[in-house]
Amino acid sequence: MMSLKRTPLHGEHERLGARLVEFAGWEMPVQYEGIKAEHQAVRTRTGLFDVSHMGEVAFRGPDAGRALQRLLTRDVSRLEVGQAGYSAVCLESGGTVDDVIVYRREGDFLVVVNAANREKDLAHFRGNTSDLDVEISDETEDWALLALQGPEAESILKPLCGGDLSTLGRYRFSETAVDGRPAVIARTGYTGEDGFEIFLRPEDAAGIWRKLIEAGATPAGLGARDTLRLEAGMCLYGNELDEETTPLEAGISFAVHLDKPEEFIGQRALRQEKEKGLKKKLVGFELEGRGVARHGHPVRVVGEERGVVTSGTVSPTLGRPIGLAYVPPQTEGEIEVVIRGRPVPARIVPLPFYSRKQS
Amino acid sequence: MNVPQDLKYTRTHEWVRIEGDAATIGITDHAQDELGDVVFVDLPEVGTSLSPGDSFGSVESVKAVSDLYSPLGGEITEVNSILEESPEKINEDPYGEGWIIRLRYSGEADLLSPEDYQRLLEEER
Repeated sequence: MMSLKRTPLHGEHERLGARLVEFAGWEMPVQYEGIKAEHQAVRTRTGLFDVSHMGEVAFRGPDAGRALQRLLTRDVSRLEVGQAGYSAVCLESGGTVDDVIVYRREGDFLVVVNAANREKDLAHFRGNTSDLDVEISDETEDWALLALQGPEAESILKPLCGGDLSTLGRYRFSETAVDGRPAVIARTGYTGEDGFEIFLRPEDAAGIWRKLIEAGATPAGLGARDTLRLEAGMCLYGNELDEETTPLEAGISFAVHLDKPEEFIGQRALRQEKEKGLKKKLVGFELEGRGVARHGHPVRVVGEERGVVTSGTVSPTLGRPIGLAYVPPQTEGEIEVVIRGRPVPARIVPLPFYSRKQS
Repeated sequence: MNVPQDLKYTRTHEWVRIEGDAATIGITDHAQDELGDVVFVDLPEVGTSLSPGDSFGSVESVKAVSDLYSPLGGEITEVNSILEESPEKINEDPYGEGWIIRLRYSGEADLLSPEDYQRLLEEER
């Protein structure tokens, strides 16, 4: 068996008794105390995730911006230094190669990619920019990445970084220090809560991880990360997004700037799709009967199997079975999810399932 | 892991308490721990006839689903309907309030003693 990569926090996970699983070639904590307890901690207090398996790819050189304009669906020229943006990466067909966050720094860009897509993304990035003067480097091993998420995230982090975090807006980041160590603090996350993603040097990660836990953060694993993002109606690559699905179908058109000045890969296909209409759309549903919908379960619309569940669980916050599914674009109201051969009534509901109260 | 000495076990991590011709069946402490937070139990109908090894339902946790296999043959006389509203009883008390079905059993089955089950857990580790 191929040996699994370990993050700089592996020792911390073992010390905390985490259940470790293989994820995209990495040995990652799926849970510590339990998924529900960790989920609840993020919603009501604050959770701390090790997401160092995520890939970091730096774009440098005179054509770095041009390269990203070609590769990303978002108009990167609209990002200011210190601003981050969610984007899709598409094929010419409009199918989705990955969903990423691009950070515009002074002089270069950092793109955070999904762990499972890192190699594929690098080949796509390099293969489509060979005519440009850009250096694309995989810096995944150079960074540890923590996600501190929840209503108390700001008050937990503030004493460690000294600065005024209240002025750091959503999708803004600051190249600063945490506990005297160089760090990038970004007000981003994947849980539907306020919070930060903190980029650190690998050697500094364990110390800061411990201090954040001492300050009140609850360690949380990939299991809770998945239920949190699902309640918040956020896409997971491999579930809601893949190369056969466009970002418009996935409902992330806010990250697709079809009017941007330079053409991006997939733009023509997505424009056509917008004009002609979508073949499928992503919807949220709640089960009205008993059961749990899971990825791959068929969906019946007016009695016919015409859709598929992409993600599903029992929502720890709502206490009800919820899920996301692709269905024909005009579908509304009542559907059925076929759970292990048994049709269970369900109802399409607006997304997100959960949104935090804005203070 | 808690392996009570007064029960019998299966290789698929169910437990059985036999009292006369009645058998109570649930999943073991090890099984509930492996599954994590249980969020749903698919219970069978009372009156269903089972042969040893038949699947009679499933237990779902936040992340996974696990089929339940009957260690014995017989007819289901009772299901633990508390689990419909409170599936977490399986995590909290797998050998008590988290029991799943009761059978009037007829067929003999290949059950493990507590010692054999303990050995199986050690082998699987």
